Amino acid sequence: MSLIAGETGDWEVVLGLEVHAQIVSASKLFSGASTAFGADPNSQVSLVDAAMPGMLPVINAVCIEQAVRTGLGLNAEINLVSVFDRKNYFYPDLPQGYQISQFGQPIVGAGAIDIDLADGATRRVGITRLHLEQDAGKSLHDQHPDYTFVDLNRAGVALMEIVSEPDMRSAEEAGAYVRKLRSILRYLGSCDGNMEEGSLRCDVNVSVRRPGAALGTRCEIKNVNSIRFLQQAIAYEARRQIEILEGGGEIAQETRLFDPRSGETRTMRGKEEAHDYRYFPDPDLLPLELDPAWVEEIRAALPELPDAKKARFVDAYGITPYDGSVLVAERATADFYEAVAAGRDGKLAANWVVSELFGRLNKAGKSVTESPVSAAALGGLLDLIADGTISGRIAKDVFDEMFETGAGAAEIVEAKGLRQISDTGAIEAEIDKIVAANPDQAAQYREGGEKVIGWFVGQVMKATRGKANPKLVNELLRKKLDG
Amino acid sequence: MSDPTDLTLAEARDSLAAGALSAAELTEAHIRAVERARPLNAFITETPDLALDQARAADARRAKGDGRALDGLPIAIKDLFCTEGVATTAASHILNGFVPPYESTVTANLLGAGAVTLGKANLDEFAMGSSNETSYYGPVENPWRRKSDNRALVPGGSSGGSAAAVAARAALAAIGTDTGGSIRQPAAFCGIVGLKPTYGRCSRWGIVAFASSLDQAGPMTRTVRDAALLLTHMAGHDPKDSTSAPMAAPDFEAEMAGSVRGLRIGIPKEYRVDGMDGEISALWEKGAAWLRAAGAEIVEIKLPHTDYALPAYYIIAPAEASANLARYDGVRYALREQGEDLAAMYANTRGSGFGAEVRRRILIGTYVLSAGYYDAYYLKAQRVRSLIARDFETAFETVDAILTPTAPSAAFAAGEKSDDPIAMYLNDVLTVPASLAGLPGISVPGGLSADGLPLGLQVLGKPFDEATVLRVAGALEEAAGFDARPAFVAGGGA
Repeated sequence: MSLIAGETGDWEVVLGLEVHAQIVSASKLFSGASTAFGADPNSQVSLVDAAMPGMLPVINAVCIEQAVRTGLGLNAEINLVSVFDRKNYFYPDLPQGYQISQFGQPIVGAGAIDIDLADGATRRVGITRLHLEQDAGKSLHDQHPDYTFVDLNRAGVALMEIVSEPDMRSAEEAGAYVRKLRSILRYLGSCDGNMEEGSLRCDVNVSVRRPGAALGTRCEIKNVNSIRFLQQAIAYEARRQIEILEGGGEIAQETRLFDPRSGETRTMRGKEEAHDYRYFPDPDLLPLELDPAWVEEIRAALPELPDAKKARFVDAYGITPYDGSVLVAERATADFYEAVAAGRDGKLAANWVVSELFGRLNKAGKSVTESPVSAAALGGLLDLIADGTISGRIAKDVFDEMFETGAGAAEIVEAKGLRQISDTGAIEAEIDKIVAANPDQAAQYREGGEKVIGWFVGQVMKATRGKANPKLVNELLRKKLDG
Repeated sequence: MSDPTDLTLAEARDSLAAGALSAAELTEAHIRAVERARPLNAFITETPDLALDQARAADARRAKGDGRALDGLPIAIKDLFCTEGVATTAASHILNGFVPPYESTVTANLLGAGAVTLGKANLDEFAMGSSNETSYYGPVENPWRRKSDNRALVPGGSSGGSAAAVAARAALAAIGTDTGGSIRQPAAFCGIVGLKPTYGRCSRWGIVAFASSLDQAGPMTRTVRDAALLLTHMAGHDPKDSTSAPMAAPDFEAEMAGSVRGLRIGIPKEYRVDGMDGEISALWEKGAAWLRAAGAEIVEIKLPHTDYALPAYYIIAPAEASANLARYDGVRYALREQGEDLAAMYANTRGSGFGAEVRRRILIGTYVLSAGYYDAYYLKAQRVRSLIARDFETAFETVDAILTPTAPSAAFAAGEKSDDPIAMYLNDVLTVPASLAGLPGISVPGGLSADGLPLGLQVLGKPFDEATVLRVAGALEEAAGFDARPAFVAGGGA
């Protein structure tokens, strides 16, 4: 349990998240307008999105399918009947004067996901619900000194609001939750998870309490748009609440904003200013009824999700759970690893992908899909190690070259003459020379100085410019020195 | 030949088909009638040039032998339907200057069938009213007058302009919308036929929304047959309206044919409401007798939750309206009244854009949806609505249609009830229950009051059984032989 030490004792932080995930779909939740990111302002606005008089919403079936797929991926209950409600409030970027959302009867009910922590442990976090809603447009306050400009391209885009139980106990867990959720959404293809473009946004509910005590009063921090900011916001907010409580004060339930520049949270609106949204069922839309057979079709077509994939990798390839988590976090990485590991030593493949490839990709600022070395090419390199053509050490140099130039492993080995020397006669000749030139060290070995063998191996490798088969060198050296 | 403005829609169609009359002649006669009808204030926007273009195009089509079902027939459009390129006001100042870049599905269907549009008919603001006195563009006058005095009377509402125009022969027919009686009650007050179809029969796409779960477009005509003809070319499934029924519109004119012999007609005793004119009760009995004489069986039925319909309606409709009218905020189109900040801009725009009755309903609707009141008002009203629907379902297990009066009184004088919203709301007491249940209903002129004003009979039917409703209405029409004309007639005598 991760506790925060205060002046007067330890505190436990309790966290619940509301994640808004933009659905991957060509058109909006209730209109045919495009959802593409980055278009000119107000170029993707239908009559429905602009809330012209007499316009009516029509449900986009693709968005429903994505929500159901996501619900299934979160191990959640799918509600075969759900209802769209109107959430009423006035704002210039909300053309209808209400947001169409789901309040009383969401499309997805309770579920759970397992989050992966740094120490290799997992922790289960409950999902309360997932509901569908429309996004609002964007108000631009910096375009004119006297006016606010409104861009409605985003207005009406489908969002899934995924609400967690208050099951997280540290900023690390909250980060792991968002990472895991994002990973699942990307596997499912229901949200691209791009936090910079705002496709994934978090609100976090933070409260603190003495370990084992009842839940404290919570504050909601709105619209945190990166995992780093999320963790900073939680750390700041938990500390702020602890200070208030330890100073004898009380926490006011309120909505707060995180300022990434100062790293602080500040009041957005108090409980008294909380909106009365006057939710009621949208009479323009009939209750949404799903055919159970259709839900089962979607379930049957679900891709293998990260947890199942990790379990399979650990089982089939003998890799560690930690490597498993790293490899399955992104589907592209998992696919890459599997292409390398298929028919080869899975552990060796994991080491090469996780340590060698990721290290170089990180340094180059590239993703696995942009890797200059394909899975097949890396497999080719591992094959050369396996059949003794090159040593593991030489392989790293070859890999550098592959990463640099994109050339194949065999090609580089041939061109640079890096083929391992496994000719006993040639190695013995070198050994004879070195042993003869270093009688003191040889004597030291014979007197039980076992460690000197390593020095001799080094000398032989140096003499052969690293190409000698190290295993063979070791064997022959012992034979020579022992004999 | 008689004046073309006196023709029924079906007669005009047949005359055009027979070559006895051109669409241009028919339309010119109506354009003159629209001008002469100006004292009634039945139109907010007249579109004579558009009408003539449409008429000439219809004549050209007919000359080529590809005339359409409604080719060249001039009608009026309630100004709640969005019409491409023609100002659409909903009789509200807040839509000042609004010209839709799109055509509502119902008007598009009518235009596709060749109809000629004379203009946009006046109505109560956002269809909220029962007397057409809440229009920003001024009240509409009923073309009928009492024998006993010469006071101007209201045409009913909210489709008052449509009803007055048809009664005064300024249009062959009109389309209206009915949320709680807005087609049937003005039809009764103006001595014409008004049909509210089953909820979902006509698309709501492009109709300025009042209460989405209740709004329904329908025909307003001088005969039952005309209502059938017009509805045939208004209705049909529209994928753009999720509440539109996924069924094609039948040919109602053909479907309504046949006798009422053997039909069971229900008479709900709960509709004998307090304050109903004796003349209305007498007409109701007469209507039942006419149907019995035509071979129908008259059956007493119970609709036990009728008393709760009006209060439930005046919770549900304003609740929906409070959200539907939130889009008129001055941000994107039509009226904007500047303010020093956003809240002031909203307040100024909505304060000056909406009239008193609309503001009243927005406030009621906001109140009944508020935290702490939702269960007691909105939720309870929805439960009442379910009970009312069940009342009808039970009744329709034993009867084919229900006969009632349309309104508790004949047309009243302008200003008589405008200070008393409750008295005004009571006008809808007989029409609202069927609206809550989504059922089809028609008002047919049954006769005149002693003071010379038309009185309407209402026929209600099963969901999507407009055919039976029309057939029963046709039998009443035949028996009533209603041929009285209003005091003011705009058509004819060129």
